[in-house]
Amino acid sequence: MVSDVPVEAEDLTKRFGDVIAVEGINFSVKKGSVVGLLGGNGAGKTTTMSLLMGLVIPSAGEARIFGEDASKRSASALARINFSSPYVEMPGRLTVEENLQVYARLFGVVHAQERIAKLARDLDLESFLHRMTRTLSAGQKSRSALAKSLINEPELLLLDEPTASLDPDTADWIRTYLQDYQKNTGAAILLASHNMPEVERLCDEVLMMRGGMIVDHGAPSELITRHGRQNLEEVFLDIARKQSEVASK
Amino acid sequence: MIERRYDAWGRIVGIILRHYYLYRGSIPRIIELAYWPVMQIMLWGFITQYFQQHSSLIAQAGGLLLAGVLLWDVLFRGQLGVSVSFLEELWSRNLGQMFVSPLRPQELAASLMAVSLLRTIIGLSPATLIAWLLYQFDITSMGLSLVAFFGLLMAFSWAIGIAVCAMLLRFGLGAESLAWVSVFALAPVSAVYYPVEILPTWLEYVALFLPSAHVFEGMRSVLLDGYFAWDHFLWAAGLNLAMMVLAMVLFVRAFNSARVGGRLLQSGE
Repeated sequence: MVSDVPVEAEDLTKRFGDVIAVEGINFSVKKGSVVGLLGGNGAGKTTTMSLLMGLVIPSAGEARIFGEDASKRSASALARINFSSPYVEMPGRLTVEENLQVYARLFGVVHAQERIAKLARDLDLESFLHRMTRTLSAGQKSRSALAKSLINEPELLLLDEPTASLDPDTADWIRTYLQDYQKNTGAAILLASHNMPEVERLCDEVLMMRGGMIVDHGAPSELITRHGRQNLEEVFLDIARKQSEVASK
Repeated sequence: MIERRYDAWGRIVGIILRHYYLYRGSIPRIIELAYWPVMQIMLWGFITQYFQQHSSLIAQAGGLLLAGVLLWDVLFRGQLGVSVSFLEELWSRNLGQMFVSPLRPQELAASLMAVSLLRTIIGLSPATLIAWLLYQFDITSMGLSLVAFFGLLMAFSWAIGIAVCAMLLRFGLGAESLAWVSVFALAPVSAVYYPVEILPTWLEYVALFLPSAHVFEGMRSVLLDGYFAWDHFLWAAGLNLAMMVLAMVLFVRAFNSARVGGRLLQSGE
């Protein structure tokens, strides 16, 4: 059933053989909110995102995107979302504009040329729009990937470490752009990161993940107060260490 | 909010466009398309000229070998057109990105077939022209029979290509060599340059289940006896249909297996 709620996860579980990547997580992302998935390497952030995008089939539970079962890969739901990650690339032998033309068609964007021109202006791509993607610098690649992820003006944007390996200036520029995009379009954003200051700055709510589970959640300020810490990084370390102590006992 | 349209055709055109851009920007890729067919036709052209002086059969139907070369290349190039185009997505680690969009595996397969058709026509056109200019062999003199043979071989090549893509989805780039060698396993039993009856009896039965063997038998009927063998045509068409269904089932199952195993985002690594 189609709904306005961008993301709903119910007892979502994914096992790869004996390895539990995601275990029984429950959460939702409401329209217009920015939710952070925070956790270290192997916490289950990328798997959770893949489950939401229908790239991975859950072992148990259900992920719904705009009310539709993500594992069914409904075209109408997928046309409303998009994704960016520094670990997944666009064809390097195509120019930035060619890649955007291709993705505009894959997402069914009707006035592709106008949309590309707007994104090129907004994201300052014009100077390298006709260059092959593989020849771009890391910052230019990130901006191009962001343009691809916004090509269909998604109502749900999934971002996996969007500023990984970027210099502080470019990273800050991207964070500001994302904040503006969210404000202007009312889109929901689900952001996976292990960059705590980034999550603290952008997110209304944070889901702390560890070992495939959500171990705590709340607004960044709430979590900081509840744990009596100075910032989110300290909260995360606190949770991580408590878990380790429990595990060792 | 921007306007979006949920049409499969638009997505198929998107993938075709992706490959058009790739070839437009890469001269070596375009040369590679035509290089081997041209070399093959030149080699077999001279062999044919030599045989024509020593063999009454070849003297009678000099185009037999050249038609075999060209039609075999339809099968080979057609299959490569599908599987190499799919490999391009793995090499560029683009598969995960593509499937975050509403693209369905069946639509990807359809667009790979369209790309394969274009690649085969572009790749074989210079060889066909050379066969006519250097060896006075005009393959189009086969008329509508040629259209039928071409269509049947393209369809078979797509079925093999899609099955190879399924293997690539299942086993990753470790199965890359299948894209280049798989079709050659069929060459001896496809009876490209000799009739099926030359084969040992048990291999004749194998050949009966290959659309390609029926096409090449049909080709010899046209060139040697001057008639279109409808029985071979119908056998090839029926077998193609079955193989295409089988290949698509394999491909969709491999796609879903990749989703179970979480391999779509990692493809190309």
